[in-house]
Amino acid sequence: MPGLTGNAAIVGIAEWKPERRPTAPPIFTLEQWAQLTRQALDDAGLSPADVDGICATNIRESDSFVPSTITEYLGLEVNFAEVVDLGGASCAAMVWRAAAAIELGVANVVVIAAPSWPSPRPPNPPAGPGSWRFGASSANYGSPQAEFDIPYGNVAQNCGYAQIATRYGAQYGYDPAALAKIAVDQRVSANHNPAAVFHDNPITVEDVINSPMIADPLHMLEIVMPCFGGAALIVASKEVAQRASNRPIWITGFGERVLHKTPTYAADLLETALLPAAESAFQMSGRSRADVDLIDVYDCYTITVLMAIEDSGFCPRGEGQQFVREHDLSFAGDFPCNPYGGQLGFGQAGLAGGMSHITDAARQLMRRSDTHQVPDADVAFVTGTGGLMSEQVALILEGD
Amino acid sequence: MPDTPTNGPQRPLPQPIERTRPFWDALRERKVRIQYSPSSDQWVFYPRSHAPLTLADDLEWREISGAGTLYTYTIARRPTAAEFAGDEPQIIAVVELDEGPRLTSTLVNVEEDAITVGMRLRPVFDDIDEQTTLLRYEPAD
Repeated sequence: MPGLTGNAAIVGIAEWKPERRPTAPPIFTLEQWAQLTRQALDDAGLSPADVDGICATNIRESDSFVPSTITEYLGLEVNFAEVVDLGGASCAAMVWRAAAAIELGVANVVVIAAPSWPSPRPPNPPAGPGSWRFGASSANYGSPQAEFDIPYGNVAQNCGYAQIATRYGAQYGYDPAALAKIAVDQRVSANHNPAAVFHDNPITVEDVINSPMIADPLHMLEIVMPCFGGAALIVASKEVAQRASNRPIWITGFGERVLHKTPTYAADLLETALLPAAESAFQMSGRSRADVDLIDVYDCYTITVLMAIEDSGFCPRGEGQQFVREHDLSFAGDFPCNPYGGQLGFGQAGLAGGMSHITDAARQLMRRSDTHQVPDADVAFVTGTGGLMSEQVALILEGD
Repeated sequence: MPDTPTNGPQRPLPQPIERTRPFWDALRERKVRIQYSPSSDQWVFYPRSHAPLTLADDLEWREISGAGTLYTYTIARRPTAAEFAGDEPQIIAVVELDEGPRLTSTLVNVEEDAITVGMRLRPVFDDIDEQTTLLRYEPAD
């Protein structure tokens, strides 16, 4: 199939430790962009003059013209300027877009950043509710969600994922202990990762099941912890990668699939966008599931991980709970899944949460994960999930 | 039906646009009316300018019974937004109409342990104020 040939690589990483209550002052998104870019370039052993592409998400200082606002502030001149708006899938989507631009010869060094640290509030904030009042559900005039979903209290994200989990249970059966074990195994990894927000807090299956029910069948400890943070990556051409500081992590396959916004309007809630996205990534890379040493799959909820394991083809549909019961998902286990703790254990720093799966996979393959290193890690499967399970990006990453 | 809280933010209500108003007007008359595309023999919800998939512009309004089955649901134990404080537990449902399309609703007049995916449902017309009637659902038997 056409696609990437594996000639673009992740060569530099910057990631701020997620914090639930920020210990450093707020800084503007543009300042975060500058700091993250500097750190990621330092990590790669490259200089700002090497950069000729950027890939961004939204920034607080400008609703439009995002790339040029960033290049001007950073003093960059680029051949590739992209904004991605795929929620938790944005970072994985940025990685393959950067790799594609590089393989096309459009750019040699692309910076990807997801600044998610608090920004200063204006001295005279405008009146009215914030735009994130109903989560990912838009309350704007004319929005279908505003008219047909929000008035019934059907507001992203807990409700939607709970509805997905309910439907899954009706179709395949539901074992709360198996779902809880996902959170527990990932917490074991987080307990070994000094950067994780839950580094010092072990949990048991009973803890998860006894934690408050938020939206049936989702318990509090199955739901991601919102944090502040930020992350950036440098993606570079083969020529640049060979003179960079780190083991190049080649982007050898990807898939992307975007369906609906709200689960109500899914053609089939259990036919996820990840099925075709994962299949595309594996086919493009030429790798099989058996080649994969670790998976870093988007984990906003335990049900997301369960369905990701199934829909990525690591076990048959409907057998994920049995698979989870039979395998150790921790970094030291026989099926390492989110070996840095995942967002459930590491924390979800806004859109940088979707970067954490990629930074972990890259660090693991660079063999830089010290306390939670998966032995001999060479091939990683990564996903990003946006919307309500309905925006999916899959990546295959491989060490040099 | 839960009473509107006397304090706190107002519950968000639909702001119908010209294209969607026939749906809301029908609810006011205790009827359910959705769109149908003759060229693709397809029922459509929510109301749109063009039929999904075919983008045919032949959508017409037709009255249906409103009966359906429960496709999925959740029971929110915490308010899903500040505006719904006091409504919990909110039984937030996805209803599959007999004609095929699905819609968002809430279940009323039902015990929690009587709720099952696939159960038959019938419409309940909930007059919120002078302008707005919401379409809620209750068990059909």
